[in-house]
Amino acid sequence: MAKIRPNNTLKLALAVLASSPLAWLVYLIALEIAEPTSGLGPDPAEGLLHYLGEWSMIMLLVAFSVTSVRRIFKQPFLATSRRMMGLFAFAYVVLHLLAYILLYVELSWQLLLKDFVERTYITAGIAGFLGLLAMAITSTKGWRRRLGQNWLRLHKVIYLVVPLALLHLIWLRKDGFGDIALYLLWFAILLGERGYRVKRFRKAAT
Amino acid sequence: MLIGKSPKIPTSEINSETTYLNRRKFMGQSAALIAGASLMSTAQAGLRADDEITPEDIVTQFNNFYEFGTDKSDPFENAHTMTTDPWTVNVSGEAKKTGDFAFEDIIKGMTAEERIYRFRCVEAWSMVVPWMGISLKKILEQFEPTGNAKYVEFKTLVRPEEMPGQSSFFSSIDWPYTEGLRMDEAYNPLSIMVTGVFGKELPNQNGAPWRLMVPWKYGFKSVKSIVSIRFTDQEPINTWQQLQASEYGFYANVNPSVSHPRWSQASERRLPSTLFNTNRRPTLPFNGYAEEVAHLYKGMDLRKSF
Repeated sequence: MAKIRPNNTLKLALAVLASSPLAWLVYLIALEIAEPTSGLGPDPAEGLLHYLGEWSMIMLLVAFSVTSVRRIFKQPFLATSRRMMGLFAFAYVVLHLLAYILLYVELSWQLLLKDFVERTYITAGIAGFLGLLAMAITSTKGWRRRLGQNWLRLHKVIYLVVPLALLHLIWLRKDGFGDIALYLLWFAILLGERGYRVKRFRKAAT
Repeated sequence: MLIGKSPKIPTSEINSETTYLNRRKFMGQSAALIAGASLMSTAQAGLRADDEITPEDIVTQFNNFYEFGTDKSDPFENAHTMTTDPWTVNVSGEAKKTGDFAFEDIIKGMTAEERIYRFRCVEAWSMVVPWMGISLKKILEQFEPTGNAKYVEFKTLVRPEEMPGQSSFFSSIDWPYTEGLRMDEAYNPLSIMVTGVFGKELPNQNGAPWRLMVPWKYGFKSVKSIVSIRFTDQEPINTWQQLQASEYGFYANVNPSVSHPRWSQASERRLPSTLFNTNRRPTLPFNGYAEEVAHLYKGMDLRKSF
């Protein structure tokens, strides 16, 4: 296989795009600190939590899209951006979780433990986070080498992480399912693309 | 000065400086709008020393009114399209006087009085709001409900062309939004029909031209922009119960010991909260109105009838 030439300009552009929601959030927080309720509304902890949650969902789907986009549009250099996009998704999820622990339940371990056990949408969210954590930890070159074939197997956990994140959102939402419908469609298209590849690969092998 | 009912404030709180300051603050806000002090009723039942009135822009810009969208800011942005004049209310069921009534005729001769109530949403946030309202009992009695009237059911306006949430493909609510009370709950002195807030006419996003307010229940019971009143001998099925019967019941009394699958109800965030302090406080049984309403539920298992 020919060596893939990384396109650093495009990688940088992707990084800028992926961090722009965070830049906007920093601006909102600055507004909020300067004048309470002006940036994130009268319930800022929840505003922040939901903002980070929505972007976590989007970034997860973006990271999950990299391989399909590379194949469909024949852009092999995108393979070198997959890890970066995955780590961006992880960063958003970590911030979302931190906002929940620090600002929402305010380090009340009693509330936290009850939430983990009693509220199924939180259980789903935490399970998804643990899967993503395992992927993030083993995302380095060293771990990849050490795990060999198992690395690929481990990173198949993304097929659980995305549905868990979707469940987390669906179970939380009371009504108004427009964005969720969009995420589900997006995920279904990606799964369809993968299914199609597998089928063709099997056909070619026989 | 109107010499009305005296407030049920424990003597320990009567001289509290905060309460005094709150009253002053409130009077400052509305005195300019209400000529004379005759409307400054003393109805602050159950109000506590640390209950500060929530700023007006939060009360009128942070709302759940799914007819206009599911975001808290949607009602403020979209509700201006709702026509509230003329407003007809249909009265039906177990009553002697039924039919279509003009809203103005129903409230004719009745004076809205000031009620400062805590408002607790099932989503675990709360506010303190100076409503202007009319006793619900007074309103309902003019229709002369019969002995068969055990419950009263209310419905919100359905007008998709003016209410974008009602025409949304991604909503699973079966409009109209429906709520109900037992007659003795409706006749409790705390139950009012709200026609104003902060001394002004009720804004559309808060449920113009009139809405229910039952402060010991979660906010979703206090149905907005009412166009139908029906007296019945059957317990009405309210909208949220219809959507998720395992999570929302008919009574929906504020109860810190009945946990909700989505939100712990043990505590609440009093708005406005700030980024680094959610202003969390323990939730009180019946939202702090136990003295006024607990007797209504004597002998009932409120864990089952949630």
